[in-house]
Amino acid sequence: MLNPQLTPDGKLRHLLSTEGLPRAILNQILDTAESFVGVAEREVKKVPLLRGKTVCNIFFENSTRTRTTFEIAAKRLSADVINLNVNTSSQSKGETILDTIDNLTAMHADMFVIRHAQSGAAHLIAQHVAPHIHVINAGDGRHAHPTQGLLDVFTIRRYKPDMHNLRVALVGDVLHSRVARSEIHALTTLGVPEVRVIAPKTLLPQHVEKLGVQVYHDMREGLKDVDVIMMLRLQNERMSGALLPSAQEYFKCYGLTPEKLALAKPDAIVMHPGPMNRGVEIDSAVADGKQSVILPQVTYGIAVRMAVMSMLAGNSA
Amino acid sequence: MILPDAEATFEVLLQKLKPLITDNTALVGIHSGGVWLVDRLLPLLGRPVARGSLDISFYRDDFDQRGLRAENKPSQIPFDVQDQHIILVDDVFHTGRTIRAAMNELFDYGRPASISLAVLVDRGGRELPIVPQIAAATIPLPVSQNLQLLQSEDGRFHFELKDSL
Repeated sequence: MLNPQLTPDGKLRHLLSTEGLPRAILNQILDTAESFVGVAEREVKKVPLLRGKTVCNIFFENSTRTRTTFEIAAKRLSADVINLNVNTSSQSKGETILDTIDNLTAMHADMFVIRHAQSGAAHLIAQHVAPHIHVINAGDGRHAHPTQGLLDVFTIRRYKPDMHNLRVALVGDVLHSRVARSEIHALTTLGVPEVRVIAPKTLLPQHVEKLGVQVYHDMREGLKDVDVIMMLRLQNERMSGALLPSAQEYFKCYGLTPEKLALAKPDAIVMHPGPMNRGVEIDSAVADGKQSVILPQVTYGIAVRMAVMSMLAGNSA
Repeated sequence: MILPDAEATFEVLLQKLKPLITDNTALVGIHSGGVWLVDRLLPLLGRPVARGSLDISFYRDDFDQRGLRAENKPSQIPFDVQDQHIILVDDVFHTGRTIRAAMNELFDYGRPASISLAVLVDRGGRELPIVPQIAAATIPLPVSQNLQLLQSEDGRFHFELKDSL
């Protein structure tokens, strides 16, 4: 089957999902990101790769942090950046997504970064655009958030370079998490031997073990001897439904406290994609503790997004 | 075409380079061949000299045609570029485009006092007004041929001449 993310000769043209990306391309993204980490430490934090190109961040759903990191990444590549929050503009006047894209293409946009509440929105746009235009999925519904998944894997690789000898635990709302899906695909493709998910049954997708993960419902059991703990954000709206009793109850069972962290390996790292709910999925003492790499994740996110954008921009169909 | 011995050429490079070294000199190799040269040169200069390396993948002028090189490495300039006399080191000097890219990248680290260029081989064919201060050998080659420096596991250099595609 033709992978819609790749050019006919197998190069990365769009980034829609980490699912189905070959290991060689994942490694190329991570290696290139490594080259960009140093750029941020220089006097001039820019390289001229995307000079003259226009990147449109189109956010049909709010996400200030993701939009900001994409914007910084594009600007550090010397691109011109346009930010559109579409829920406050033409969509409310009735324009379709593809009409919005066509209009921006007529203004000579070269790359679209798409965030949408609907799964598959970025795919739809990628199939629609001309061959010289590139699409990056910045989160679509419950489906995928590939750059977040990649930056998490990049962070893991920086702290734990031996990926073939790792135990990684994802804790929390796997059911609604596009980040969890993107991470699981990237980790298993890169050869991480043991990926665990730790969550109540109500927050796990059916047949989650088919993704190649081990399932735990008891956090204390699941955290035993892991190298990496990836906390997932618990979206407040999940509380109102029947999925969970209360935030306090959730924290008691699935919140990461110093006591539970002590069950993991002594040098285990703690990650969180943000924004954090302190006291719901993570204790402040852990979030601000010395095993936390939550802020480095944000820094590396820019390097990873620069890597993805620069790889795509050079690979036209 | 008879190629010179790469080790003998390296010795010429070393001897020509020595008089250029001052207290504020830094040697910056361009990936990959230039970095190999710098790493062999540094212990032979008789005094401590700052070391840097550049991978110019992010500064190439043919990015639009060829895309990003799959194998890029982080550039490393661990010293303050300001007021340094920088000697760029590369293996084969051809069009001059790599050197232009390297100079552009260097200036994003700061404002050096001077930049000069030392190469192992000048093969001719320049397309920009850039001239190396030191060329250990001059071997004019047609565009159809590609000269490469190779390094074996024991660190020794040799040349390889290929028909370019």
